[in-house]
Amino acid sequence: MITELGHFALILAALVACVQAVVPMIGAHKRWPGWMAVAEPAATAQFLLVLISFAALTHAFVTSDFSLRLVVMNSHSAKPMLYKISGVWGNHEGSMLLWVLILALFGALAAWFGGNLPPTLRARVLGVQAMVGVAFFAFILLTSNPFLRMAVPPFDGQDLNPLLQDPGLAFHPPFLYLGYVGLSICFSFAVAALIEGRVDAAWGRWVRPWTLLSWMFLTIGIALGSWWAYYELGWGGFWFWDPVENASFMPWLLAAALLHSAIVVEKREALKSWTILLAILAFGFSLMGTFIVRSGLLTSVHAFATDPERGVFILGILVTFTGGALTLFAARAGAMQAKGVFGIVSRESALVANNILLAVACFVVFVGTLWPLVAEMLFGRKLSVGAPFFNMAFTPFMVMLGLLLPIGAMLSWKRAKVGRVLRQLAPALGLAIAVAGLFWTIQTGRSLLGPVGLFLGTWLVAGAITDLLSRIGKSRDYSRLLRLPRADWGKAVAHAGLGITMAGIAGLMAWQQEDIRVAELNQPFELGNYEFELLGVERVRGPNYFSTMGEVAVRQDGAEIAHLYPEKRDYPVAKMPTTEAAIDYRFLRDIYVVIGDPQTGGGWTMRVYIKPLANWIWAGCILMAIGGILSLTDRRFRVAAGARKAAPAKGVPAE
Amino acid sequence: MMRSLFALAFVLIATVAQAVQPDEILDDPALEARAREISQGLRCLVCQNENIDDSNASLARDLRLLVRERLLEGDSNEETVDYIVDRYGEYVLLKPTTGGWNWLLWAAGPLLFVFALLTGAVYIRGRSRAAAPAEAGLSEDEKARLEQILRD
Repeated sequence: MITELGHFALILAALVACVQAVVPMIGAHKRWPGWMAVAEPAATAQFLLVLISFAALTHAFVTSDFSLRLVVMNSHSAKPMLYKISGVWGNHEGSMLLWVLILALFGALAAWFGGNLPPTLRARVLGVQAMVGVAFFAFILLTSNPFLRMAVPPFDGQDLNPLLQDPGLAFHPPFLYLGYVGLSICFSFAVAALIEGRVDAAWGRWVRPWTLLSWMFLTIGIALGSWWAYYELGWGGFWFWDPVENASFMPWLLAAALLHSAIVVEKREALKSWTILLAILAFGFSLMGTFIVRSGLLTSVHAFATDPERGVFILGILVTFTGGALTLFAARAGAMQAKGVFGIVSRESALVANNILLAVACFVVFVGTLWPLVAEMLFGRKLSVGAPFFNMAFTPFMVMLGLLLPIGAMLSWKRAKVGRVLRQLAPALGLAIAVAGLFWTIQTGRSLLGPVGLFLGTWLVAGAITDLLSRIGKSRDYSRLLRLPRADWGKAVAHAGLGITMAGIAGLMAWQQEDIRVAELNQPFELGNYEFELLGVERVRGPNYFSTMGEVAVRQDGAEIAHLYPEKRDYPVAKMPTTEAAIDYRFLRDIYVVIGDPQTGGGWTMRVYIKPLANWIWAGCILMAIGGILSLTDRRFRVAAGARKAAPAKGVPAE
Repeated sequence: MMRSLFALAFVLIATVAQAVQPDEILDDPALEARAREISQGLRCLVCQNENIDDSNASLARDLRLLVRERLLEGDSNEETVDYIVDRYGEYVLLKPTTGGWNWLLWAAGPLLFVFALLTGAVYIRGRSRAAAPAEAGLSEDEKARLEQILRD
């Protein structure tokens, strides 16, 4: 019964979306206030209906209703409650329902917080948002319905893929979707602005919080996925340049670019058409990510529900929306006249450089991801493009970005003097060179990777601090730091976070130590400065798995510093083993222990890794997300939201 | 479709084994380091975008042993890779060659970068020489409004 209600609510939501996609658009064109006003309640109703539908599906999973096909395929009565809930989106149909839920949520948020938008722009934004919604409702109802029943319900389910039964991965998809789908609002704003034929500072100000929000969620989602890979897959890799990872990384790069170019639109009324193009492309890449994951076009560890029919449908959605928006862009972009005038050396130019580097980096990932397909179709060559290519082709642009960032962030608007900024940054630069030099001399081997990464990390963090300190001027009144706008703090924190991530990646890749051996019980062995000893191995029973759990003592200078329990689990229902690495997390390094199979001659296969700076990768991501939150809570956004009734419909002048 | 099913079956059967096993490791650390380096550039054929060094599949193990066998025979790194490419095709290379149309793959990023730099430079030059809109004069509406304000 509840399931049928959910199904019904989903169909109703699709019909509401149809109304919302048509009526406000006509209203905005004809300037009929009544028709435009339909958008707001429709967006709310659409969201509530999808919410009911999603709740109904969650109910089926939580109560293990095995008359539902989807629950049978992806759940089991013995599964812990957390994974019963995360099982809702741990499959194709359910994740699409989550996708439209978030799409409707963003539409509703735009309706609730969009009170200060001009009525025609608001009606059009919500209309475009609903058009995207209609396409995805049709996709779900026609090709991937989650509410299908079984003719004969079985006694129990087939369990969720054990790799997905993990707290990190339980929340990875929702965050990722919040980011992906959040970009749909930027897309709707861009298309609405093209239809209106008007992009001004106010538009930049409206788009920016949405971009920040999506970028922040994407950052968290990608970081969670990468952290999961690190501890779950058993050798501590954190990024594989897999097509599906790339599919989430490309929108992240473009969202980062959009975030910065929207600042130029807001403050200086320049880069308008480029910003619109970025907004369209960012969402286009999100759609392409969906297409790659679900079509099975590119082989990937993540691909699920690889079904050509679904792939073609999503390709249709992708081509319609991106193609339609780009056509509109080609017709209307000429109308966007830049107003701001700025010198060759200025913050504006620095942000142009930022956009060039991020967009080119995204393009490199794009070409590398699709090249195997191109090569096979056009030249008949079956080839692979993997991590070594991306490391070589992508990294230089990130290094350039890191080098320029602290300088660009401190240049003043309109006309700047590089000399002055460089003088201020000299201590940061000196410190960065000193750190790099120190590690160059003490490291074994002569790899550049580690020192360069630490140079960039120090340079970015010290640069961010210099930027903040420069804001208090010569007064030495440090209490002024606390009174700086939160956006300034957000900028500094996010930029420092990028530096910490860069340092972490370089440190881990350059100085990781590894030991693979057959470990005998109670026979200590050494790696680096540490001594390891396998104390015992036990068979343990979990809720829905059996585990082989080792007990490992880690000692440094004779003193025990950690007791680790690496596991190898077998999930009998899903018939899959997983490795659960045991990790001793410390500030400067992780110790990472994995247990393998018993050997016929006695002993167990063991892998032990020392991973320097590993945590920094995710700590940096968290800092970037915190920077986003700080910027998002900046006074001008809060004031703009609070003063929506007072604000004139014409928008706010720049500066 | 068949291919992915096949690959899936392989992954399911083969995950029981693990990446590099202790019995595979060569006695000579220098040789072993070279073997690891080569393995990281070779794709596991039955897996999805994994190199043979990280892969658990049994075919990856066979390839790892083959790499070590070639190195013990005295092959250089390039000879070892060529030996495997001859037998399994260029699909095993995670770092594609620059031969044929692949130059386009490698050059795509730098080419776009140069193009974007030029476009950006032209745009910035244009902006730095453009007349500020305020100097371009006021619209009729604004003039009327300004006069009204001045009169008040």
